[in-house]
Amino acid sequence: VSVQGRANFKILRDTSTLRNRKSFPTSAPNTPVSKGQSCPTGNDAQSSNGTSAQFSSRLSDRHMCTVLLVLVVGLSFSTRLYKITEPPHVCWDETHFGKMGSYYINRTFFFDVHPPLGKMLIGLAGYMTGYDGTFPFMKPGDKYEHHNYWGMRGFCAVLGSLLPIFAYLIVLELSRSETAALIAASLLIFDTGCITISQYILLDPILMFFIMAAVLSMVKFNQPFSASWWLWLVLTGVNLAGALGVKFVGLFVILLVGLNTVWDLWRLLGDLSLSLVDIAKHFLARVVGLILFPLFFYVTVFAIHFVVLNKSGPGDGFFSSAFQSRLIGNNLHNASMPEYLAYGSTITVKNLRIAGGYLHSHWHLYPEGVGARQQQVTAYLHKDYNNLWLVHRQNTQSPTPDLVRHGDIIRLEHKETTRNLHSHLHEAPLTKKHFQVTGYGNNGTGDANDLWQVEVCGGQKGDLVKVLRSKVRFLHRATGCVLYSSGKTLPKWGWEQVEVTCSPYLKETPSSQWNIEDHINPKLPNISLSVLKPHFLEILLESHIVMIRGNSGLKPKDNEMNSKPWHWPINYQGLRFSGVNETEYRVYLLGNPVLWWMNLASLGLYLIMVAVASVALQRGFSLKHSHVLMRGGGLLLLGWLLHYAPFYTMGRVLYYHHYFPAMLFSSMLTGITLDILLKSADLLLRPPYSDWLQRAGQLVLLFTVLHSFYLFHPLSYGMTGPLAHEPGSSMAGLKWMDSWEF
Amino acid sequence: MHLLGLPLVVTAQVDLVLVLVSLLAFWTRLSRLSYPNAVVFDEVYYGQFVSLYMKRVFFIDDSGPPLGHMILAFGAYLGGFDGNFLWNRIGADYPSSVSVWSLRLLPALCGSLCVPLVYLLTLELNFSHLAALGAALLLLLENSLIVQSRFMLLESVLIFFVLLAFLSYLRFHNAPNRFSWLLLSGASCAAAVGVKYMGVFSYLLLLGVASLHTWNLIGDHTLNVCVQCVCRFMCLVVVPVLLYVFWFYIHLGLLSHSGPHDQLMSSAFQASLQGGLSRITQGQPLEVAYGSQVTLRSSASQPIPCWLHSHRANYPVRYENGRGSSHQQQVTCYPFKDVNNWWIIKDPGKQKLVVGSPPQPVRHGDVIQLVHGMTSRFLNSHDVAAPMSPHAQEVSGYIDFNVSMAAQNLWRVHISNREAESDVWKTILSEVRLVHVNTSAVLKLSGVSLPDWGFRQLEVVAEKLFKGHSSVLGWTVEEHRYGTSQEQKEREAELHSPTHIDIDRKMSFWAKFLELQWKMLTVKQEDSEHKYSSSPLEWITMETNIAYWLHSSTNAQIHLIGNPVSWGVANLSLLAYQLLAAVYLVRRRRGIKDLPDAVWCRFSCLGCVCVGGWVVNFVPFLLMEKTLFLYHYLPALCYLYVLSPALLEHAHTHLLSSAIQRQALGVCVSAVLLTVFLSYRNFCPLTYGSPELSANQLQGLRWRETWDILYRHR
Repeated sequence: VSVQGRANFKILRDTSTLRNRKSFPTSAPNTPVSKGQSCPTGNDAQSSNGTSAQFSSRLSDRHMCTVLLVLVVGLSFSTRLYKITEPPHVCWDETHFGKMGSYYINRTFFFDVHPPLGKMLIGLAGYMTGYDGTFPFMKPGDKYEHHNYWGMRGFCAVLGSLLPIFAYLIVLELSRSETAALIAASLLIFDTGCITISQYILLDPILMFFIMAAVLSMVKFNQPFSASWWLWLVLTGVNLAGALGVKFVGLFVILLVGLNTVWDLWRLLGDLSLSLVDIAKHFLARVVGLILFPLFFYVTVFAIHFVVLNKSGPGDGFFSSAFQSRLIGNNLHNASMPEYLAYGSTITVKNLRIAGGYLHSHWHLYPEGVGARQQQVTAYLHKDYNNLWLVHRQNTQSPTPDLVRHGDIIRLEHKETTRNLHSHLHEAPLTKKHFQVTGYGNNGTGDANDLWQVEVCGGQKGDLVKVLRSKVRFLHRATGCVLYSSGKTLPKWGWEQVEVTCSPYLKETPSSQWNIEDHINPKLPNISLSVLKPHFLEILLESHIVMIRGNSGLKPKDNEMNSKPWHWPINYQGLRFSGVNETEYRVYLLGNPVLWWMNLASLGLYLIMVAVASVALQRGFSLKHSHVLMRGGGLLLLGWLLHYAPFYTMGRVLYYHHYFPAMLFSSMLTGITLDILLKSADLLLRPPYSDWLQRAGQLVLLFTVLHSFYLFHPLSYGMTGPLAHEPGSSMAGLKWMDSWEF
Repeated sequence: MHLLGLPLVVTAQVDLVLVLVSLLAFWTRLSRLSYPNAVVFDEVYYGQFVSLYMKRVFFIDDSGPPLGHMILAFGAYLGGFDGNFLWNRIGADYPSSVSVWSLRLLPALCGSLCVPLVYLLTLELNFSHLAALGAALLLLLENSLIVQSRFMLLESVLIFFVLLAFLSYLRFHNAPNRFSWLLLSGASCAAAVGVKYMGVFSYLLLLGVASLHTWNLIGDHTLNVCVQCVCRFMCLVVVPVLLYVFWFYIHLGLLSHSGPHDQLMSSAFQASLQGGLSRITQGQPLEVAYGSQVTLRSSASQPIPCWLHSHRANYPVRYENGRGSSHQQQVTCYPFKDVNNWWIIKDPGKQKLVVGSPPQPVRHGDVIQLVHGMTSRFLNSHDVAAPMSPHAQEVSGYIDFNVSMAAQNLWRVHISNREAESDVWKTILSEVRLVHVNTSAVLKLSGVSLPDWGFRQLEVVAEKLFKGHSSVLGWTVEEHRYGTSQEQKEREAELHSPTHIDIDRKMSFWAKFLELQWKMLTVKQEDSEHKYSSSPLEWITMETNIAYWLHSSTNAQIHLIGNPVSWGVANLSLLAYQLLAAVYLVRRRRGIKDLPDAVWCRFSCLGCVCVGGWVVNFVPFLLMEKTLFLYHYLPALCYLYVLSPALLEHAHTHLLSSAIQRQALGVCVSAVLLTVFLSYRNFCPLTYGSPELSANQLQGLRWRETWDILYRHR
């Protein structure tokens, strides 16, 4: 394939002198090309051929350019900031991200499936604008009352307003055509979906800001080793780190920049005028700017996250005992408990795999067909009284608190249900190669299958079991298997907790190792324990694994209507941000259908145009705009694909708003496609008429965009009164698809 | 006269090496084919379908398209198998009436033919006969391929068709204008896809290679490009698609009787099968009229097909979680035929429950009432939360408890496929939604099972939101008759009697094909881990094996274990090719041409086919969530066996310069081949299941800790 690519590239260069031959039968082939439509932005090496405005001077061009940019900026900010404080209650996911912003202000530790940067910025914006972190963000619909929420919303809206501006600059850089840039920018400015998603306390505007900024810096980055080159390189790196720091979806833009960089390096490698030393310099600059520097920045974000959040909160149980001991208010912070495990103690047992849960049981049986119908034993990530177990000797209740030693045979009784930890030769529910673990017996009397041998890893017979610090394994006496947490999530009958099995494979892995976390024994003296403080990199790794687990654990619920990726480009169904009934203030996240369908159509159009252009190229002709079409358009198409296609393979629950980053790329592609399509009018008509056709097309486009925005703007700016299917509604007659819920 | 003057000459060129490896292949794959005379591993799975083919009973199997099953069934047919064998247990002995040999013959033949195919494929890739011999030997001595070929399994058939497709395409490419090869290639692709869905990826790779070649053709001004493109498109796209549909045509033609999987299909499909529903529905009146007695089947096949049902039991006054109910009669969905599934369609304006003469048909938009046949309760819904899905309305059989809860029993008939059919409500053909007139909620199967008080039947609710199209909202009339009895007692007797009268209807092949294909792709079996399942990354290092069969009394056993030496060779060559290709590419980019263009072309073509083939047959598994086994890796492995000798030849001619190095390479290769053979011999007892080994010998064959080899305690 690469050979093919190179061949194309060559032909492109070789035939550059032929470009005007076909399309300008009346003018001489080598007319000096004017830079008519393009903004003089510094790099003119590959500018396209201007077709009109022959008489305009460079000065007025620059003037024009500024005016257009100011227009885009003005429209963008005004559409996003309009009615920013409406509705004055919690909308949709504000309940999560607003709450997490408050956690930063209160310095309370929490757990979320996304990396921290977005929420940190929200918290910062709230802090700067005088929000004190006291609003509870309990559920959507709660009134804000006197709390200062406008700062957080405004911050998101400002970042959201920058998106059309970035789109304008990116398309301008790629196509050197203001028309294309304006089309792209106006598609975003007047898209109701983009407006709605920018106006609330959400991660998406922040994420999209970083994505677009990264792409902008990437395309601006093309004058080797100049000061601006370094600046754009570093900015690309920062924005990549930022995008990843907000959501893991940022990986896709990293992939885009990575592919573009690889392509760029490959191009440089083929440039025989550069020495190997130059190429090495290029390579190293990119390694530093695009890998090391962003990595540093990303790690710094996490460092700040851990430093700021130093109080115990709702996310503690997801992390290891060592991690928890860092948090003020956690029972392991400056913990004090009996030092050695003893008979008669009440304990919690935590699995040592990363994000392993507490050994847990509850009043529910395994369902029919899943091993024996006995009580479930699972691993559970939250702190809960069902995590408590009692340590007993083999049979007799011991009066004196003897200490448990390596090699001792014990019985673990579940405190709440008085069943013993039990295993037998039945298949485990998910990991069929392992045995099932159940709760068995009553009031502590069970059978010989309830006996477990305690083994301290690396210990010898007679060693004591240290609370928190010893790694312990529990060997089942009867079958010789070892207590194991597989990390697989049980189905609904197991409350989506984690499976616990007994593994016949005795290899020492963290999955089969446990530690004693809480240890309560009133007969023994409490001793203050200073647990080993974990290293920062350990915390970093641990929190990543916890996040990734959490993400893949977000499985779609059966009775919830979940969104499918193919719904998104056709704008099949939106999301209710606020309000359901006629009396409520309703906001509905839905893209402007006219624009979205236009995007979809121009995707198809783009593919056709590329096919035509490349067949022509292969046959030896070069169409005028084919370079912009393939290089610039190709980059945007790749961006769209990378931000859209992976969702098809994701098992987690998906929402409509996941499409928005892809939609940005799609709109920019539409800008380039439609502009080139209109400019190609001269393939059909002679010059004056083709110009007229082009202008007419642009006007129709402008009118369509504005009119559709006028029709659908209540979706973003709020609807009250009757629903759309009733007459008298502001949206009457606009419910074009049954699946839209407004 | 002139003709007679010519001598009658037959010139034949026989590649003796090719003949020899073919014979060896037949010997390794076909000898003692009927041993063990017992069901081995997945034979128990494919066997049941073979039996169903023999009995011509309809079934659905989501594991793959029907061609593979049909090939196995063809073998059984040749051997005179009558389908009377209960496939229920691995290791069960075949009775003497079953010709085991013929059941296993076709896969074994395909497996043997893979060896000469690989030989020819290497030649078509423009490598020497020696490389071809190497590839053939690697394939010949691969224990896992032998095991997989010798039983009634499909992998060897898939590999055969994939190799054939590539071989014939390359033949065509090397000698253009011989379109018969291209046609053969297209047909083999269709067969490969028809055997297993995994064939799609090889097909796509072949299409990719072909379109690359065609693309280069476009720049060629000496050819008639359009004709070339159209011909290639016909042979490689149109023909395979048509053939693929043709497999289904045969499949549906063969399976004309109703069977165990009927319930998954739509009523119209079921009615087209002999026996089953068609026996019941034969002779039913077509148009549903006021006074009709009907059973209503939910269009959803998840979680289980069922009929609208009611019975003499009320909703509990309070549920376990403390919420209250209306305490009216339960309405559920019941997955079995039952007299309580009958409902009578009543005109709200009239009292009578019989069909007038002439019958007055119900149309789209009409308002009806539904009366439960056995209890005479009206189907009712109201603003009370449903038992399991509290966001939806409860549906009940209305009982007047005098608690100022008025009956709301009017339903509007909404025929969703009225464009395709007609706006008269028709038995089986029309898909109907019942819209509650008072609340505009739609009658819906929620899919949740009720607790014990609801006898674990499925919950039926009415939901207010009217969201797009969904099969859980649709209902079809399945059994139908015109009611004639006015009295309740008579009516009950009538409901118990079978239906009668006569009409005939057919479903077109295309409608059946589309429905069957869609159901096959969407029916999901509960996937769970199997004792011998493995993850794709474990295949590369062969971490796991699969025990296929264990003799009922001795230690004789058959395992799917590959030849470890060959696997090592394959992995090494994969790695080596990638490294070499990267070095070449970078150096060419810098203008240093290590290889002449023709050689480079050959080298990259080798990579496209072999490394590409490995990638497309391996990477998709990484993304799949179904239960996977080691044998899924075998197609990918075959590509590597083509790669290894070709790569060695490349190294021999282009990388090694001195004679000593070349000799050293020759010695190494001979040594490796010898070890391949030795390790093949070593694992033979586990491949052929004989001779029986002692526990110590078995222990000695357990080269990896993770392999599961069975020992019988005696």
